[in-house]
Formats: sequence, C-alpha cells, structure tokens
Amino acid sequence: MVPAEVPDAEAEPDGVEDRLRRFATIWSRAIFPATATSLTRPEFEHHLLPLARRLRDALHHKIFDASPAHSVGAALVAAHCTDPETLARSLGVVDAYLVLYCGATADPADDLAAEELRARCARLQHALAAGFALALRERTLTEQEAIARSALAARGAAEDALHATEARFRAVFEGAAIGIGIADLDGHVLEVNDTLTQMFGGLEHHVRSRNVSEWVHPDDVPQVWRMHGELIRGEREDFRTEKPFFRNDGTVLWTNLTVSLLRDVDGVPQYQLVLLEDTTERRLLNLRLRYEATHDALTGLPNRTLFFERLEKALAPARDTAATDAKETAKDKAGDGAEEPAENGAHGDPGARPKETAPGTRQPARFGLCYLDLDGFKAINDSLGHSAGDRMLVEVADRLQSCATAPGEMVARLGGDEFVALTTGPDTQREVNDLASRILGVLATPISLDGREFTVRGSIGIVEGEAGAFSAAEVLRSADITMYRAKSAGGNRFEHADAEADARAITRHGLTTSLPTALERGEFFIEYQPLVHLADGTVHGAEALVRWSHPTHGVLGPDRFIPLAEHTGLIVPLGRWVLEQSVRQARAWQEELAAGTFGGPLRINVNLSPAQLHHPGLVADTVEVLERVGLEPGSLCLEVTESALIGADEDLLKPLRQLAEMGVDIALDDFGTGYSNLANLRRLPVSVLKLDRSFTQGMQQHPADPVDIKIVEGIVSLAHSLELAVTVEGVETGTQAEHLRMLGCDTAQGWYYARPGPPEMLHTLSLADAV
Amino acid sequence: MERPAWAPQGIDISVPSVSRIYDYYLGGSHNFEVDREAARKAMEFMPGLPKIMQANRAFMRRAVRFAIGEGVTQFLDIGSGIPTFGNVHEVAQAADPDAKVVYVDHDPVAVAHSRAVLEGNDKADVVAADLRRPRQILDSPEVRGLLDLNRPVGLLLVSVLHFLEDEDKPFGAVAELTEALAPGSVVVVSHAAYAGIPLPQERVAGTVGVYKEIRNPLVMRTREEISGFFDGYELVEPGLVAMGNWRSESPDGQEDPYALSGFAGVGRKA
Repeated sequence: MVPAEVPDAEAEPDGVEDRLRRFATIWSRAIFPATATSLTRPEFEHHLLPLARRLRDALHHKIFDASPAHSVGAALVAAHCTDPETLARSLGVVDAYLVLYCGATADPADDLAAEELRARCARLQHALAAGFALALRERTLTEQEAIARSALAARGAAEDALHATEARFRAVFEGAAIGIGIADLDGHVLEVNDTLTQMFGGLEHHVRSRNVSEWVHPDDVPQVWRMHGELIRGEREDFRTEKPFFRNDGTVLWTNLTVSLLRDVDGVPQYQLVLLEDTTERRLLNLRLRYEATHDALTGLPNRTLFFERLEKALAPARDTAATDAKETAKDKAGDGAEEPAENGAHGDPGARPKETAPGTRQPARFGLCYLDLDGFKAINDSLGHSAGDRMLVEVADRLQSCATAPGEMVARLGGDEFVALTTGPDTQREVNDLASRILGVLATPISLDGREFTVRGSIGIVEGEAGAFSAAEVLRSADITMYRAKSAGGNRFEHADAEADARAITRHGLTTSLPTALERGEFFIEYQPLVHLADGTVHGAEALVRWSHPTHGVLGPDRFIPLAEHTGLIVPLGRWVLEQSVRQARAWQEELAAGTFGGPLRINVNLSPAQLHHPGLVADTVEVLERVGLEPGSLCLEVTESALIGADEDLLKPLRQLAEMGVDIALDDFGTGYSNLANLRRLPVSVLKLDRSFTQGMQQHPADPVDIKIVEGIVSLAHSLELAVTVEGVETGTQAEHLRMLGCDTAQGWYYARPGPPEMLHTLSLADAV
Repeated sequence: MERPAWAPQGIDISVPSVSRIYDYYLGGSHNFEVDREAARKAMEFMPGLPKIMQANRAFMRRAVRFAIGEGVTQFLDIGSGIPTFGNVHEVAQAADPDAKVVYVDHDPVAVAHSRAVLEGNDKADVVAADLRRPRQILDSPEVRGLLDLNRPVGLLLVSVLHFLEDEDKPFGAVAELTEALAPGSVVVVSHAAYAGIPLPQERVAGTVGVYKEIRNPLVMRTREEISGFFDGYELVEPGLVAMGNWRSESPDGQEDPYALSGFAGVGRKA
C-alpha cells in the first residue's frame, strides 16, 4: 500500500506520487470553475488529491473493485460540486488522464496490461457517475426535505404567533373598557364587544340587528353623517365626534365616537371600525357642575355668573343679539328637542339661514332689567333667624320665577336679598314695567313662616334700553342706584333709571364706597360743641360731633354719612374711633384743669347710633377705652336717640343699663320727636333728656310762644320728678336762654354759646366764660 | 409599512426569497421552483451570478479568518440567509473552537432552517430580526446571551446592504450597530455594484429588474457610497476593493472575471 502522504514526493520528480499530483491538478483545473465551493484553487486541489489516490488505487487493485469510484462521486457532491458539469468534466479527466498519469506503478512487475487498464478505467467512470448521481439525488432530497421542513416550521411558528396575536386581540377586544364594533361598508354590524353591548343596554341583538345608518339621534351634530358618508366612500380615513345614541330602553347614551376606515392590503375600503367611549356620566357631571356653577344653591335660581352671561348676550351689538336670541329662544322652546332636527334640516349648507334673522328686517334689540331688593329683609333675618330668612328667600324666589315665564325672560339671585329679572322680549319698554308690576304683585301676598304671616315688600330699579350701548356692569350699577332711589322714596315701588337721579344717588353711592378707606386715611375729625350750665353760664361739658373731610365733597356733616355708615356696618369702627378720640380729649381737658391751666369742660357727650346699640361689643369697648385712657365713667355721657329706643326690649337695654350702673350717663337725644312715650321713660336707664330744638324755636322771640312754654315746663317738671336732668339744644339767642333758665332746664347748647369747633375753641370759650 | 412586533410576518413560499435564490446560485437544493424560476431569469441576464456568489462566500471566509487573526472571536452575521456550507460558524469555529456566532435574518424560513442546522451548537444561535431595526437585534436575548458587546465583535454585513433601499435608512441602521460595538470590533461589508461586472450595464439592469419584480429590489451603490458604511471605522488593507481582490489567496490571473464585481472591505474600530 502506498502511504496517504508521501513526504518525499518532491524528491521523486515524475515518480508515482508526482504523477498523481499532476492528475489532481488537471482534475482541479477542469472542475473548479463549475463548483460552488468557497475553497481557493490550491485548497480545492488539495481536497481532490485523496480522491485521485482512491481512483488510482482502485485502478491497480489485485482484485478489481469499482466501488471506491462510487465513493469518489459521492465525495465530489459533498465538496459542493453539485453542478452536473463537474461530473461531465470529472469523467472526461478520468477517461483521458487517469491511465496516462497513474497507469504505471512503482513496481513495473505489477503493471497491468493496457487493455485491462482501459477496461478498469471505464468501469471506474461508471461507478463514479453512479456514486455522484446517487449522492446528488440524496443531497437534493435531503435539502428539499430540510427546506420544506423549515418552511413548515416557520409557518407553524407564524401561525402560533398569529394565534397568540389573535388571542391577544380577542382579549383586547373583549376586555377593552371602550366599546368596539366592526361593520361592513353597507352598515351591517359584524362584531361588537361586550362593552359596547352593555353601553347600549346589554342586549346584543339590539345592537347587531340594526344597521349603522339607523344609529341616528336627534341631537347628532349635523356633520357626523356627512363625515360618515365620506368615510364609507373612502374619502376620509377616520373621524371623531361626540355623539348620542338611543339605548334599548330609549334612554340616551352619550359617547366620544371614533370611526375608522379599514382597508385591505390593496387599499380598498373593507370595514368601518367604531370605537365608543361612554361619556354619559361625565356629561351629566359636567352639566351638574355647570348647573351648580351657574345657579344659586339656596333658591335654584340662576346666579350672578349666569345672569351676567345672559345680560352680556342681551347687550351685545344688535345683529348678533338678534341671531343669538332666535337661537336661544328656539332652544328654550324646543324643550324635548323633538323639533330641532327639522329646524336644522339644511345640514352642511351654511348659506341657508332662517329668513327672520336676516339683517335689517328687525328693530335693534332692546333689554329691560329689574333690580329688586327686599325692603326690611335684614330685620326679618335678624329677628327670626337665618333659617327663616332663607325660607323666605326661597318663597320669594319661587314667586319671582312665576313672573318671568315668557321667552327671553329670566330671574336670577345676585346674593342676599337682591334679585334681578331680565327681559329681552320684542317690546321691552312695556314688558319691563309689566314685569316689575307683576313682581310687586306677587310679593303683596303675605308669606307664611312658622305659622306667622309676613308681608315682604321690595324696591325695584328699572333700566331699559337698546342693546349695544352699555356694558353689563354699567346697566347693573344704574339699576342698583335706581333701586336705592325707590327704597329712599319709601320702598314697595319701582323707579326708572334717569341720569340726574342717578348722579345724586351716585354721590351717595360714592360716599358709601369711599367710607371704609376714609377711616383708614384719617379723613374724619371731631368738633366739640360746649354744653353750658344755664344757672351760671359755666361750661359743663361738650358734645363730640364727627365730621368727614371728604377729598372732593369737602367737609360733610354726620347726617350725610352716618346713615351710610349704619348701612354698611362701618358705624361700629367709626363709632369706636369717635368714642376714643372724645374720651382722650376729655381726659386731656381734665389734666389741664388739674394743672390749673384750664377750666375746660368736665364731661364729654358722645352719640351712639342704633347700630352701635345692637353691637355686642358696646360695653366692653366702652369700658376698655375708659380704662385705657383713664377717664372716670361719670365723665362720659352717651347720647341715644329716642327713636332708637322705641320698643326696645330688655336685651337691647341691658348694655345701656350696665353702662349706667358703672356711672356712665345716658342721654335720650332728640326727645320729643318720636313717640315721646313718657311712661316708658321710667324703665329706661337714662339720666338726661335732650329736648329737641323744635320745642325751643318758639322762645327765640319775646314774648315767647305760651304753648311752647307750657310744654317745656311740663317736660322739665316730669323729668325732674324722674330725677332726670334736662338739656336743651339749638339755643340761638339770649332771650331763649333766659326763658329756658327760668323754666328750670339744667344745661343748654347752641350757637348762642358756641358753634361746634376744634377743642382749642372750648379753651378760649371757657377762658372768656371765666372772666 | 412598519409591522408591529406582535404581528407575525406571513409565510408565503409562493413568493421567491432572496435567501433561497442565493442557495440556488450556490448549487443548493434549499429552494422551491419559484425561487429557481427567479434565479434562472436573473441568470439569463448574468450567467455568471453563481460565480459572484461564490466569490462573495470566499471573501466572507477570508474576512472571518482575518478577524480571528485580529483576536475577534464573536460574530454577528446579519442577513445570513440559508446556511449551506462554509458558514461563518464553521469557518470561525474551525479556527477557534470557542468562537461565538449569532445569525440574523428576517426570512422566517431561513431562520427556521438555521435553527435546525445549529441545533446542538451552543456557541451559535439565530435571531429573527430586521436590519432596519438594529436596536431589536442588539437587544435580542440571543445577542445578549451569546455575545459580550463590551468586547470586540465581527459584524458581518455580507451581501445584505444592497437589499436596503435608501428610504430604509441603511446608513443610519449600520451606524447604530457599529456605534454599539466595542473598540477593536470589525465590520465586514460586501455590496453589489455596477462596477467590475464584465457585462454591459443594460444586462446587469435586467438582473436588477428581476429582483424588483420579486419585491426585493437590489440597490446598486457606488464605491464612495459604500464607503459610508464604514463611518467611525478604519478600512484595513487593501481598503474597499473588488470582492476577489480582497486579500486574495488565489494565484494572480486565476480568479473568475465575475469575482471582480461588487465591493468588499473590512473596517476596524480604533
């Protein structure tokens, strides 16, 4: 046997091994171009060498066997010589060169006859061809089977993935929180998920049996079906809208609707996909929130917010208002919405406008506003409690509501006991008066509360005019001012806004609004008017009188602003300020007196307004001021008007009584102007009566009016018998003073002695007095 | 159209596949009549196509051996197709038995076949993924499991980039891959081009037309364009050259003329 590798091949040029290599080289050159191997040529040649040796050995084997050539054919296929051309070329090379290069052996004695070699070579070729063919067939079959198996495996994997995907899709479809439905382009419902069925009321048949085109609702926005048509025709890929549907039971289902067009791979529209999100609850909540934001919780009437919205609409420039009005009215009238679609019949045609809203065929829009404030409601609220007050407001609201039922009319509560009624009807000049009359009319019937009947009256300010001329705020302010005018005129009436009256009221209004800052800015000051002993003409004390140094209106007397301060409640801090200033002044006078520099007033009189009387801090505030400043209670006299104490119960008198017990004098001011209930005097904690100036006017001349003399004489006698001192106001002449002294009056004040003035003036006066 | 990850690609063996056509060019039988029909049509215009493929295989073999010589022992072969013979893992593992190879293809049949071939080889694996979504390749469990991206990787983009049209953003995709690789990594690219093909361009265009018909357009690029794939990498000698001329081991003048078509090159990351 020849060894597989012959290391000394080179050493034997043209030897057996060298010739074998040359045969392999020829073979390699012949078939390399036809192979697909990635081996290089030398590598490939090297690969062929053992095959060549196998052929040579078979050629020379003692007992000829062609089967090694069979394996060489198979080896060629294994070396990726799968092109039949490689077989043809291999056979050609074996036929031409195997005997030529490998016919001789190392030992010539073993050489076979040439004919035998040719025959053997032919048979080796047959076997090689058979081996190649068999291997190629095997390889082809194997590879075909492999690729088919791979294709199957891939398809199986794809199908598994598809199943998994479909299962996931199914889960998404079934488990989605939104309703999903698929319909064909004719509107036949093919698939709906459970969520969608539940949204419609739970009956799948109800959903499936109806064509998509039947899913109409009267409240559909007009463009929804136009967009749907575009989608079906493939002109639009999707659309989104808010859309209502009817449920099984006829109730309405509100949704956010998304419709998408599904196309096939070639882009041809196939299905419509519907996604529905149930927004019914959210919508109701929104409506509820909107309602709550725009309505008064107590009475259910529209509130200030909604009223201003409506008022602003009514006041908008004429053409817009007309259109808005028409629409609003239609909406209000429609109610159940049944006739709306018919009205909006011309879907998608913006050119078609209802004729009556065409510009120019209508008068400019007008509005009428009633501003109502209940008369004396505060007293009811205070005396009966808030709960009763609230029930009264509810009743009033109901009655007002019944007054404004025509289209374009509305009633709102602005707050407290203030209501407004608005009309935007065709003839507001007449309508607004009718409305105000109706309102006063419905208020005329007494309201029953806790078994008692109350008559509530109201003051109404009316503003009527053309839209587009005023802002809502201007209109409302004018109405407010006019209402105050009605109230000042006695209430239970309505007044029309007029510019001149407004101006007056505006001053009042302006004073009211500037009052709070006036106190902060120190615009108030106090003047003092001396109180003189009639017996000896000495200064007994002084009354503190508050003034307002208004930046634009000049110095204002208390009659101009005290009622306003009462109304706004500012009277309490203002009163406290006056009290403290006056008490400090009295204390200063006393110190000067003690130092011997001044024999000024010993006592100070300070006015208490009705509101202060009701203020729970009266006693504490007064005590606190006296203690802090260091003034004896006996040096203070609080003046309360007679009218403030009319019908006063013990609760109201209690603080006065407490103050009186401490030594504070209480004077009954303006005595004789009210009921002058003499019997009542006994139970009041007063120590001084201040006679109104009207009693003393008749004594200015000489001889004095005998009737006045008699009256004053009687009052003084009565007062003294009740141990009350008597002070007289408005003394303007010496004659008057003399009469009053003779009648037994104790003290007096008036221009005869001094006008109210700064504290220094008192100083001068008392010096003069002392002379 | 972008296909979501969860929607499997359909298997339709009535549509020719470039992997199986390639196999046919190489004399394999891992193909179906539709593939052979397309291949025969392409070969009507360019009878030497199999020689180009053979040269491509030979280039890849030399490039892998070069990479092993550079110390790269892990390979990512994208667009690996149907494994027939002389595959990357065979070449690489013949040189270094511990070499790791991950094959990537988007043809599910090719992937299934690779899986069958690689069964039992725990140093080679296959991923069904698309070169157009490089992140999916890099993040695949197979790549994460078998390759250490902190060490150099041989990225093989052999005869695949010319199947990406410009709107597929092939340069961006390749950049995302090459940027993700560690210093010392090599990128191996072979790409079809009109240059070097010993035929009039109209003939070649006929072949390009066949690929267009089977909806797998073949995008011929110039040498300059192809060199763009090596951004951030330095081309090793002899640069970007005809496939047959890249570190050829054959005696001069013995290469088939078709072997000089297309461009091949290897870049190394500093």
